[in-house]
Amino acid sequence: MITGRRITAVLGGLALLGALGFLVKGNIGEGLVYYLTPAEVLAKGVDAEGQAIRLGGLVQPGSVVWKAEELDLRFVVADETGTIPVIAKSAPPQMFREGMGVVVEGRMVDGVFHSSSVIVKHSNEYQPPADGHTAPAEAYKTLMKNGQD
Amino acid sequence: MLRLIGFAAVAAAFAIAIFGIVAAVVAVKRRDAGLMQSARAAVYTNFVLMSVSNLAMITALLTHDFSIDYVAQVGSRATPAYITVISLWSALEGSILFWGWVLSAYTAGAIWFARQRAGALGAYATATMLFVGGFFYLLLLGPASPWGLVSPVPLDGPGPNPLLQNHWLMGVHPPLLYLGYVGFTVPFGFAMGALLSGQLDDTWVRLSRKWTLAAWAFLSLAIVAGMWWSYDVLGWGGYWAWDPVENASFMPWLTATAFLHSVMVEERRGMLRAWNMSLVIATFLLTILGTTITRSGILSSVHAFAEGPIGLFFISFMAITLLGSLMLLAGRAGELRGEARLDRMASRETVFLFNNLILTAFTFTVLLGTLFPLVAEAARGVKVTVGAPYFNSMTIPLCVALLFLVGVGPALPWKGVEARELKSRFLVPVIGLLVATALALLAGVRGGWGLAAFGFAGFALVTNVREYVTATLARRRAAGSGFLGALTGVVRANPRRYGGFLAHIGLVLIAIGIAASSIFRLDREVTLRGGESVAIHDYVVRFDQLRAEQEPHKVVVYAQLTAFTADGKELGRMYPALNYYEMRGGEPITTPAVRSRLDEDLYINLLAFEQNGANATLHVIIEPLVAWIWIGTGVVAFGALISLVGGRGRRPAPIRVPSRPAQPGSRPRPVEVS
Repeated sequence: MITGRRITAVLGGLALLGALGFLVKGNIGEGLVYYLTPAEVLAKGVDAEGQAIRLGGLVQPGSVVWKAEELDLRFVVADETGTIPVIAKSAPPQMFREGMGVVVEGRMVDGVFHSSSVIVKHSNEYQPPADGHTAPAEAYKTLMKNGQD
Repeated sequence: MLRLIGFAAVAAAFAIAIFGIVAAVVAVKRRDAGLMQSARAAVYTNFVLMSVSNLAMITALLTHDFSIDYVAQVGSRATPAYITVISLWSALEGSILFWGWVLSAYTAGAIWFARQRAGALGAYATATMLFVGGFFYLLLLGPASPWGLVSPVPLDGPGPNPLLQNHWLMGVHPPLLYLGYVGFTVPFGFAMGALLSGQLDDTWVRLSRKWTLAAWAFLSLAIVAGMWWSYDVLGWGGYWAWDPVENASFMPWLTATAFLHSVMVEERRGMLRAWNMSLVIATFLLTILGTTITRSGILSSVHAFAEGPIGLFFISFMAITLLGSLMLLAGRAGELRGEARLDRMASRETVFLFNNLILTAFTFTVLLGTLFPLVAEAARGVKVTVGAPYFNSMTIPLCVALLFLVGVGPALPWKGVEARELKSRFLVPVIGLLVATALALLAGVRGGWGLAAFGFAGFALVTNVREYVTATLARRRAAGSGFLGALTGVVRANPRRYGGFLAHIGLVLIAIGIAASSIFRLDREVTLRGGESVAIHDYVVRFDQLRAEQEPHKVVVYAQLTAFTADGKELGRMYPALNYYEMRGGEPITTPAVRSRLDEDLYINLLAFEQNGANATLHVIIEPLVAWIWIGTGVVAFGALISLVGGRGRRPAPIRVPSRPAQPGSRPRPVEVS
């Protein structure tokens, strides 16, 4: 005889067991992405290879090479103690500048970080435009004239 | 002035909520009808007060009263009026204020409709809902107060987060989400009312049924509106990323969906009563968890907790609610014992049990994946996120199993059928399964899960559509009316049943859209000079020129493209754009150009460009059948609407007298006993 209450207990238990079993099988570790700094990646050495990583640091000034025709973006991410070369097969984000904070997601292959996404780090909070920043209206004036046809 | 009105209204609402709670509880103890009336008056008054407070904030936003903290935070003189009004929910404090308003409205509505027939249960439900309301009013008075004084008064503000002001859906998605989230307070209130008063029959279910269904429908719409916004604004061509914020809205939907099904088992068979209570409690807690996740910043880091007390408030409230409701539930466990038992495996109630099992496992899976980073950071000190691969590999089998059940449930009657009957019931759906699988194979689907998804989608579609067709044909024969008349008659006779089947059909359409657009997605990034073209799939896209326009609060840079078919027929212009919000600075917001058709979407995003307009880097994406996700959602919502307002129909009669199904193949007919 299966009573309602027992069904409740059985359902709850089975659901929990099922989910846990699933977890072991699916191995949550496979899907993990680690947040690391360049120094931490270097410290891990070979262990960092192949692991999904979100690498955070600054774009080293003078390191950026962007070939638009080939969609090939190369730069170096640095923190106080380490540098990691990055290759991204995608366009740089609009606000991407040298010396700026970035988070790149991808994997280390033979000491080079192959990135699938590059995100410029900026907080959600309002910040007044920094010095030396050109207002968009100024920067794209030529394009606006372009639109007058 | 507005500051004072807004603040005073919330303060008064808090005091009145406390009074109402005391009045309701004392009214039960003393059997004092007058006092109970006062408690209800407190509920209605709170709705008025919260309306005043919210309208005061909207007025302050529209009149740019930058002396008010919240207005200074999200307002801007250059922002259009529509965006200014919806800024009400664009940041933490305003969204809690809006939450309080919606909650007071739900509470007032639920208590008003229950006033005649609820007794002690209603009194405790009133107290519970006022308790929840009181928590939000307290937040508004303390850690999430939008009414702080800014001095000196700024001349202008930054405007709301650019992501939120870039699409009309932002005026739609958050209110829908709140209408969904907050609505689950009503069934929670009535469930607590039942536990506290000891009136454990299905009164609480009947009092909350329509509210639960409405909240569920709003939440469904909200989730998909969020997906659509993600698709139309974020520019990556996807609609679901297993982001914690998305998961937060999805988890209560899963448990609420489980409840909508299992509650029918309670109504018909008197089973699963404690389980249903648990689902309602879980759903409510998950909505609070969802707000905690989205609003406290807890998932970006455990340490975000330290930055403000709001997280602690939420966690304490969740802990109190969880412990309180579980203790109540445990105390009544003996009285919640079920009445009936399962007769056969092949029955509607068995399918509902499996439905609940899978939906619960689904919830656990998503919950673990969402909270795992917290555990990892607390236990091992590492910062991690759980990527989409985990969620996909875990949930795709669960989704396929659910599709299978959607196809089985409607074909089986309550109390079940004999094994020999199964063949006649499932012959046609199985043909649907085979045809759909064959079509998927022909279309090029090769993966096992993909084939299963399309196959069971066909299976489920056939089962649910057949319910409509057979009933309509039978009615037409009996009544001699036209097909449409018969169809309306069928739905009117049992809106709950046919609304449910329609929701199933919508769900299957969504599943087909998701499966097709993920399996057959094609994409390409390319940099083009003026006049150059790129060919992808059946399209050729030409980059004509780059332009920019100054709007009051932003600068828009857009590429003018012309799309052609592969054989050179012109399809029209497309204008993917980047929006620069000057007041906010930072990354521009994308506006992808989407050419949406029933068969496939051509989706183009502007990634980068030369400042002189010489070239543009584009992301061109082809996604088949995406439109069916949005269409299917409309169908789901229409199904829910039919269930809600499609006439009175008959009340589902509980089945207590043991009975055999009359004839093999005949429609199941519950034995009417009341």
